[in-house]
Amino acid sequence: MHVGVAWFLFVSAALFGIGLYGVFTRRSPIILLLSVEIMLNASNLALISFARYWGDQAGQVFALVVMAVAASEVVVGLGLVVAMARRRADLDVDSLRGLRN
Amino acid sequence: MTYDVVFVVASALAIVSALGVVLSSNPFHSALSLIGNLVALAAMYLLLQSDFLAAAQVIVYAGAVMIMFLFVIAYLGGRAHEPVRSRPWWQTVAALAAAVAVAAEIGFAVEEQAFGDGAHVSDLFGAPQAIAASFLGRYVLTFEATSVLLLIAAVGGVTLAARRPAPREAGAVGAFEEVERLAPATSLQAEVVDAETRFDIVRAGSVPDEEGKG
Repeated sequence: MHVGVAWFLFVSAALFGIGLYGVFTRRSPIILLLSVEIMLNASNLALISFARYWGDQAGQVFALVVMAVAASEVVVGLGLVVAMARRRADLDVDSLRGLRN
Repeated sequence: MTYDVVFVVASALAIVSALGVVLSSNPFHSALSLIGNLVALAAMYLLLQSDFLAAAQVIVYAGAVMIMFLFVIAYLGGRAHEPVRSRPWWQTVAALAAAVAVAAEIGFAVEEQAFGDGAHVSDLFGAPQAIAASFLGRYVLTFEATSVLLLIAAVGGVTLAARRPAPREAGAVGAFEEVERLAPATSLQAEVVDAETRFDIVRAGSVPDEEGKG
């Protein structure tokens, strides 16, 4: 077996699918954020694989940017979770439907 | 050969721990599984000669971000647990089908491509100095945008999670509000002088107050 860039991309696709399943099925906002982290990491792995494949540094730079975006997303998301907990709201994304109507 | 073994172990660990994140019912176990996932991915970054990113992954993700997650889960305590409620079976099936479809689609798209061995790169590829040359040279605008984004996120996080003050009572004054001064500075000085003078008179006993009379 020769491990080329395709194998890394397969792993990346599998991780993305797992994260997507988590986003679809879980209801706790914390688990949702963790699943989104898995998906972002899968995209990071693809970016870095292609950076290595083409011998171009740009993919690594964008992977770093994705890390910063993920950190920002976690900060805002956890801030929302803490604010929800303070207001005694139910920590359940299905019950947050005040804007639906 | 070692390369292949490391790849197989790291990818298996990454996928198993990702499944652990998604399927575990305890949010604490989910967060710990995600740490395993991140460390496995850092090993794969090392296989791809991205040394700096592997270090950043362990320090930033497995260090800072996951500590934040664990703090919030510990802060919420039992409330962090997922509400138990039955859900129609077709939702799980549809979610599984959609996730498998997306992953299979990417997989087939990759399979169709005939990837070669990849470019030959120097030892400097992925080293901190090479990343810095890219990040602060050609992609300096991206760098600045990222720093602004992080600043906004920090301010937003503090604003969202800040403790709201209790509703203010009528007539109360907030911490940062302009208060109308009752006495201007000049008359304040005059009052001080006046008070000192009176104090001297009282001490001398020439003006006995009520206490002195009693």
